Amino acid sequence: MRTAAVPAESALAEVFREEAGRITAALIRRFGDFDLAEESTQDALVAALESWPRDGVPTHPGAWLQTVASRRALNRLERDERYRRKLAELAVEPPPDEEDDRLRLILTCCHPALSREAQVGLTLRAVCGFTTAEVARAFLAPETTVAQRLVRAKRKIASAGIPYRVPSGSELDERLSEVLAVLYLLFNEGHLSTLGTAPFQRDLAEDAAWLAALLSRLLPDDPEVLGLLALMKLHIARGESRFSESGEMVLLANQDRARWDRVHIADAIALIEHAGQMRRPGPYQLEAAIAACHAEAPTFEATDWHQIVVLYDMLIALAPTPVVRLNRAIAVWKIEGAEAALHELEEIAPVLDGYHLFHAARGELLNEVGRRQEARAAQLRALDLTDNPAERSLLQQRLFRPEPAG
Amino acid sequence: MKYVFLFCGTAADQAAFDALTPEELRQRYAQVGRWFAENHARLGHGNQLQGPESATTVRFQPDGKPMVKDGLFLEGKEIIGGYTEVNVANLDEALALAKSWPGRGTVEIRPVIQQR
Repeated sequence: MRTAAVPAESALAEVFREEAGRITAALIRRFGDFDLAEESTQDALVAALESWPRDGVPTHPGAWLQTVASRRALNRLERDERYRRKLAELAVEPPPDEEDDRLRLILTCCHPALSREAQVGLTLRAVCGFTTAEVARAFLAPETTVAQRLVRAKRKIASAGIPYRVPSGSELDERLSEVLAVLYLLFNEGHLSTLGTAPFQRDLAEDAAWLAALLSRLLPDDPEVLGLLALMKLHIARGESRFSESGEMVLLANQDRARWDRVHIADAIALIEHAGQMRRPGPYQLEAAIAACHAEAPTFEATDWHQIVVLYDMLIALAPTPVVRLNRAIAVWKIEGAEAALHELEEIAPVLDGYHLFHAARGELLNEVGRRQEARAAQLRALDLTDNPAERSLLQQRLFRPEPAG
Repeated sequence: MKYVFLFCGTAADQAAFDALTPEELRQRYAQVGRWFAENHARLGHGNQLQGPESATTVRFQPDGKPMVKDGLFLEGKEIIGGYTEVNVANLDEALALAKSWPGRGTVEIRPVIQQR
C-alpha cells in the first residue's frame, strides 16, 4: 500500500536520514562487512529515489528500504565466491533487532585513521543517507572524486582492520572529539555557504544538527555533545537575520534581534545548563555559553562582554587557538577600547596572517583609533583572502564608506 | 590481525636523540626494553636497524637492470630506525600499543597481507 501523494525531495531526504543509519548498522551486524552493508543500503536509497517519486512513498518506508537493502546484500554475496559457503546460514532473516547501533556506525565512519574528507563522506552516506551525488553537490566536488574517496576509505576499513566497536573511558572521549569535529565541520560548511545553496541541495547544517541530536540521545551523559548541539541551535536561531533581503551579510551588531528564534535559544540554554551540571567543561560547552551570552542580550550594546571575556579565558585554558584569541580580543575591544584590543592582536598576527577575519577585525580597530591608511591596507588584505561573496561585499562597503568629518 | 610497526624518525628526532645525556640515554633504552618485555606476547619478529649511512639500495631500472647505490630509498627526512611485527585483534589495539611506544619519533602502522 502506498500513499497517493508524490513526495517532495526534502521529504525523501528526511525518511532516508531516519532509516539509512539503522539499516546500515543492522546489515553490518548481520554480515560483518562494512562495505557490503553500506553499498547495499545505498542501492536501496537509489531504488527508492527511482520508484517513490513515481509510485508514492510506501506505508512503511523503513521496512521497504530494509527489505531492498537486505536483498541487495544477499545478491552481492551470491556473486562473491568467498561468501557463497557462508550464504546458507546467512540467508535466514534474523529476528528484528531493536538495538540502536548507530553509535558504533558513527564512530567507525569518524575513525581517526581515516582522512577528514573520508570521515565526512562516510558519515553523510552511511549515517544520514546521502547519495554519492548529494555528497558531491554539498562539497562542490566531482562525483567521481567523491566516489573514489569513499571506495578507498571503505577499503582501508577492511584492510587496516578498523573495528566496529564503541570504546570506553578516555578512548571514547578521544574518539568522540573526532566525531564532534566532523559534525561541526559539516555544520559550518552548511551554515556559511547559505548564499551558494543550489536548489535540491541538502542543507548540511540541518543534517549536522540532526546528527548532534541523535548523538545526544545515544550518549546522554556526554556534556560536550550537548554543548555542540546547543551551539548549533544558537547559530540556527540567528540564521535568518544574518542576511538582508537583498542577500547582504548583516553583522551581529546590526542584526534584527526580534527575528531570532526564541524557542531554539531557550532549548539551547536548557542544554547548556544541563551539560553544566555534569561538571565537565569543554570547548563546545564554552563556545555555546558565549553564543548564549549574545543570544540573551537585548541589544548589542547591552551584551555582557565581561562574562564573554571570562568564558574566552576558560576556553583559551582548554584550547588555546589563535582564532579564539582573536575573538577574545574583540570582546576586550568592547570593554577596554580599540587600543587594548589592537595590543592583543599583535601577538597572534604572525599565525593569523592568512585569515581574512583577522585583517577585517584589525582594520575596524585601526579605523577607530584614526590610523586610516593602515586600516585601509588591512581591509584590502582581508578582501584578498576571501572568496565568499557576502563577506566580500561587506568588506567593500567598509572600504568605500565616507570618511568621518574632521 | 598482523601488523608491522615501522619506527621512524626525522633528522630533528635524531638530533634530539643524540643530545640525550648518557643517563637519559640509559633511561630511554630501559623504557624501550620494558615496552618490548611488557608486550612480548603480542610482538613478533623485530630488529633495530643500523643508521642511514650504512644503507645501500638496489634499484631496478625500467629495463630490468639492477643499479646499486649508496644511501636510503626514501630520500626525504624520515628514516626507518627499526621494526617489529605486532599481533592484535584490530587497528584500535594496534593504535593503543603504538601510542605507548616510549622511543618517540613516529610509528607507522602497516597491516600485513594475510592468506584467507
